[in-house]
Amino acid sequence: MPPLAPEIELRTSPHFHSNRSVEMIMRNVVYALLPLCAFSVWNFGLSALALILVSVLSCLVTEHLFCWLSRRKSSLGDWSVTITGILLALTLPPGFPLWMVAVGGFVSVGLGKMAFGGLGFNVFNPALVGRAFLQACFPTAITAYSPALAKNRFTEFIPTTFTPPFLQPPPLADWIERVRVDAFSGATPLMQQKFDKVTADWQPLFFGTVSGSAGETPALLILLCGAYLAARNFMDWRIAFSMLASAFVSGAAFHFLNPAVYPHPWFVLLSGGLMLGAVFMATDMVASPVTPTGVWIYGALMGLITVVIRNLGGLPEGVMYAILLGNAVSPLIDNLTQPRVYGVHPRRRTA
Amino acid sequence: MKLFGWFGDKALHRGVHVPECKEQTAHLPIRRMNFPPVVIVPMSQHAGTPAIPIVKEGQEVVRGEPIARPDGFVSVPMHAPVTGKVERIALAPSARGDLSLAIYIRPYPAASQEVLYGEPQNIDQMSPEEIVRAVQETGVVGLGGAAFPTHVKMKLPEGRTVDTVVVNGCECEPYLTTDHRVMVEQPRAVIHGTRIAMKALGAPRAIIGVEDNKPDAIQALRDALAAESAITVEAVPTKYPQGAEKMLIEVLLGREVPSGGLPSEVGVAVFNVATLAQIGDLLPRRQGLIERVITIAGTAVRKPGNYLTVLGTPIRWALEQAGATEQAASVILGGPMMGPTISSLDVPITKGVTGILVMARDSFNSRHTIFPCIRCGACVEVCPLHLNPSRLGMLARKGRYEEMESDFHLMDCFECGCCSYVCPSHIPLVQYFRVAKQMNRERKARHAAASA
Repeated sequence: MPPLAPEIELRTSPHFHSNRSVEMIMRNVVYALLPLCAFSVWNFGLSALALILVSVLSCLVTEHLFCWLSRRKSSLGDWSVTITGILLALTLPPGFPLWMVAVGGFVSVGLGKMAFGGLGFNVFNPALVGRAFLQACFPTAITAYSPALAKNRFTEFIPTTFTPPFLQPPPLADWIERVRVDAFSGATPLMQQKFDKVTADWQPLFFGTVSGSAGETPALLILLCGAYLAARNFMDWRIAFSMLASAFVSGAAFHFLNPAVYPHPWFVLLSGGLMLGAVFMATDMVASPVTPTGVWIYGALMGLITVVIRNLGGLPEGVMYAILLGNAVSPLIDNLTQPRVYGVHPRRRTA
Repeated sequence: MKLFGWFGDKALHRGVHVPECKEQTAHLPIRRMNFPPVVIVPMSQHAGTPAIPIVKEGQEVVRGEPIARPDGFVSVPMHAPVTGKVERIALAPSARGDLSLAIYIRPYPAASQEVLYGEPQNIDQMSPEEIVRAVQETGVVGLGGAAFPTHVKMKLPEGRTVDTVVVNGCECEPYLTTDHRVMVEQPRAVIHGTRIAMKALGAPRAIIGVEDNKPDAIQALRDALAAESAITVEAVPTKYPQGAEKMLIEVLLGREVPSGGLPSEVGVAVFNVATLAQIGDLLPRRQGLIERVITIAGTAVRKPGNYLTVLGTPIRWALEQAGATEQAASVILGGPMMGPTISSLDVPITKGVTGILVMARDSFNSRHTIFPCIRCGACVEVCPLHLNPSRLGMLARKGRYEEMESDFHLMDCFECGCCSYVCPSHIPLVQYFRVAKQMNRERKARHAAASA
């Protein structure tokens, strides 16, 4: 008899498995987000760092708490909650009061993710659920933007950062006057375009040295980080591409109908949170469709809604609601675009 | 998610690139394995009704002599793999785990073990019907693993024609190199078998599809073909599961076999290269199938190789010959993507066994935590049949097996395992599907019994 080991493993095929895992995908998304965090800190200073840290910490604690409450193994190890934390921070103004950030993190993970059953079951992108909640609760604080590349940004915090809990942040106008290096008046390029019809140059927009949410400004860097993820197949480039393309095309349609009111499509593409949203949030695997046709429709729909909200709605920015709406219809898109199964012909289906 | 791979017409668009692991045995010539002290010939080594023994316990048999007759058309005879004495006719363990009737033969140690059975027959003068009958007499079944009786494929239903014979030399499963070695060493037999299949089916042309990781096999076949124009050899880019019948037809001919249908519905018949090599070899001599080439490989084997093995050799004996090491922890029949592990080493090698993999513990790094589905769509991207494994898996978790079949084409799944292979959440998708299929079969049987 051959010297077979006493315990024989019985398994079912396939015995091979590719080396990809959820943990690996999520960890790589975190890696891809780190350059954005670094840029954000360089662009906005200490407050952005505090913002990111508090947001991530709040999300981690919330996830751990919910796991503990539901007597499950803590799911911090799959890294997905870290992504939520970073993304939430990157979509908030750099000087957003930290206590509000903590609330946002709790809502993101608690309401947006764990209430549905944790990773894999959330209907909406958790970070955007948190942000939508904050936008509804603190409409002034979430539109209080601070200037990019402010003086003393590495030595002092933005005054609003340490607003005591349950209090509204102080007005920023005087502080902005003191630290700004350009003509910044408290409005992001998107707001300026919407309300003053002043369109910013493309260069600062492209390289990100403008005012805005903590991590949404550097279009080029976002594209590079996204390209890394797409190249390693950790992200569905089709969603990002179709969302950007659809925003460009619909933006162009608006622009050529009325160039005086509606911005140039390049501005649409580079301004606001579109780039960050398309590359990192619309592509959230859990909340997006899985069918090959579905992902194109999904991306196109979100791009279109973004432009419609920006141009026709009362808000300067529409990416968040566009993605949340896209998330909501994603199961429907999936159902309507089931792939044609090999060997099944439409005409035979009736038989 | 794939940027490349959509260019070029002759390529499998779906599927996965798995580690090939063929370098262990691909260069090793076929060697004969020693005869075992006892051979176990199960009566059911094929898809179809089991054969019926025609020998008695204690009877002497000669190597190559028929020892069981087919029971109906979808059945094949069995031949004595060795010269010896029928020890008993009793139940024997099978790879599926259940017991099935088998003939135990103890070889005579002093016998020359020459095949004295058979007589020459001239295939050129035989009609297609006679060829089909002669192929059944050889007992040849699909040697690629499916073990479907070959002569049944050669008999077309009334009014149907086949214009192309596809010869499957893909061998897309990792580790296995039997077809590879057969093509390299017996190209003439392959081609001769192909001609016989073409004649039986009245097909004007044949295509031998070989994956491009076997350039020596492609060259050997092309050399042997010389000026023959009705048969061509096509190199196809290596990708799993290209060796699946439906996939190869799609790649080579761009035709889609209807769901639940047979290749002949689109004018194609597919045979494995080793099957045709055996037919090309056995038919002119009117002999029966008594041995086949298997690959023995894996991480816990000292003498991996391609062994010409008499059918009925117990796996225990085969592993002794190939030198399984102390680390051996699992034994897989066939390739690692679709082959089952066996629980008993007394299972004999049957006509459908392509190889034996002896793996050390943790060779496959298969102990993963299962995460919930994150809907990444990787399984949808790779499913060669364009099913939606993600959705099927969710339904399976909820036990909604009927819905899987009625709305999501569960029965089309041929269990290639690509979905489980790529799933980053390590969800055992294809395993769920097997359970679901079985549950559906049982439910239907219950309904049939209840309504009867």
